[in-house]
Amino acid sequence: MSIYEDLGGSAAIDTAVDVFYRKMLSDERVASYFETVDMDRQRGKQKAFLTMVLGGPNLYTGKDMRQAHAHLVQRGLNDSHVDVVIEHLGSTLRELGANEEQIAAVAAVANSARNDVLNK
Amino acid sequence: MPRLICDGREIQLRAGQRVLDALSDAGVDVPSSCRVGACQSCLVQATHGQPPAESQVGLKASLRAQSYFLACQATLTDDLEISLAGTASLEVPASIASVDRLAPDVLRVTLEPQQPFSYRAGQFLTLLREDGLARPYSLASLPTEKQLQLHVRVVPQGKMSTWLDSGNAVGSSVRLRGPAGDCCYLPGTPTQSLVLVAVGTGLAPLWGILREALAAKHEGGIELWHGGRTPEALYLSDELTALSALHPNFSYRRCALESRGPSHVPIGHLDKLLLEAIPSFAARRVYLCGDGGLVQLLKRKVFLAGAALQEIHADPFL
Repeated sequence: MSIYEDLGGSAAIDTAVDVFYRKMLSDERVASYFETVDMDRQRGKQKAFLTMVLGGPNLYTGKDMRQAHAHLVQRGLNDSHVDVVIEHLGSTLRELGANEEQIAAVAAVANSARNDVLNK
Repeated sequence: MPRLICDGREIQLRAGQRVLDALSDAGVDVPSSCRVGACQSCLVQATHGQPPAESQVGLKASLRAQSYFLACQATLTDDLEISLAGTASLEVPASIASVDRLAPDVLRVTLEPQQPFSYRAGQFLTLLREDGLARPYSLASLPTEKQLQLHVRVVPQGKMSTWLDSGNAVGSSVRLRGPAGDCCYLPGTPTQSLVLVAVGTGLAPLWGILREALAAKHEGGIELWHGGRTPEALYLSDELTALSALHPNFSYRRCALESRGPSHVPIGHLDKLLLEAIPSFAARRVYLCGDGGLVQLLKRKVFLAGAALQEIHADPFL
C-alpha cells in the first residue's frame, strides 16, 4: 500500500495541499517562488507534486519538472529552497498522521526529483 | 506563420499577436472589455481548426464544445477560421427599464429581458450596447425575479457607466450575453458558516447570493462584510440592516477607509478588520467579490487564516 493510499488518497491530499501551500506562503525563505495571482492553479501544481511524492498516480516526467522550474532557477532557485520544501513536506505529513519512516520515504522520492527541478 | 480567417477574410497576424488585437488592427469590431480572459466579452467561434486551450479556460462546457474561445487569450500556432455570426445566437435582447442611484457613484440598472435569461444568483453577464460596446456586470437579482438588476459603479471615463448615468439609457435596447461565473450559493451544506465579503459594487453578486441563502433557509451563520471608500459608498445598508434584524443567523458588518465627518461606520482597512473579527476561517465557506487587487489580497489572507482554497469563491472585478 502506498503512503498515498494509507493517508486516504485524493481526499486526504486535498487537505494536505492546503496545509503545505500555507506553509510555503508563510515561509519567507520560499514564499516569493509561490506567490501568484492564480492561487487555484498553483494549488493544482502542488497537488500533482504531493500526489507524485506520496506514490499516487504520477503525471510528471523529468522533462516536465525541468521545463516547469526553469524560470524559477533563473530567478535563483537552488538546493536550499528544495531543502525547505522537503522540510515542510515532512511537517505537513506529520500533521496528517504519517510516521517518521513514511516521511523519510517521501523525502527520498522528493529528493530524487531535485536535479530535474534545479535543471542540473 | 499560421493563418487567421474571419468570415472568409484573411486577417494579418504578427508573430505572437493575440487574435483580438489582430482583428482590431484589421478594423474588425469584436466586443471586448477586460482583455485578461475574465469577462468573456470577446467570445468568438472557431469554424475550422482548434482554438488554443488557454483561450477556452473558464468557458462553459457547452461553449467549449461549440469551439467558442476568448479572442484576447488566443495566440495561434495553427491555422484558424472564425465566424462572428455565431455569438448573436447566444445573446438575449433586453431593454433598460430603469436606472436609479444607490450611492454617489453607484447605479442600480434594471433590465427587462425580452426572452428568458436563465442564471444563478451571483453570476455575471456581458451587457452589449447597440454599437457593440461591451462590459461585464454581476447580477444582483434573483432568478425568481422577473427583471434583472445590476449595480454599476460610475467610472469617470467609463463609456458604459457614464452612458447609463446620462439619463439617455432608459428605454434603450441592449443585448445580454452569458451568464458566466461560478460564484454561487451551494445548497449542499446548509449548516456551514458563510462569510460574504464585498468590496464596493462587489456587493451585487453577494446581495443575490445572500438572499438566495436566506430563501433556502441556510442554517449556518452568514456574515456579510461590505467595505467602501467612504460610509456614503456603503449602499443597501438599510436593506441589509433590516435583513439582519429578520434573520438571527445573519449579521451585517461594514467598514470604510475614510470619513469626512464623524462616522458610525468603523474606519479601517477591510482585510485588517475582517481578520481581527474572524481569526480563523477553517471550515467556513468564503465569498470575495469586487476590486481585483483587494480580492486577491483577501484570498491570500483568508487562505492563510485557515480557509480551504476550494472553499474560497473569489470574483475579482478586473
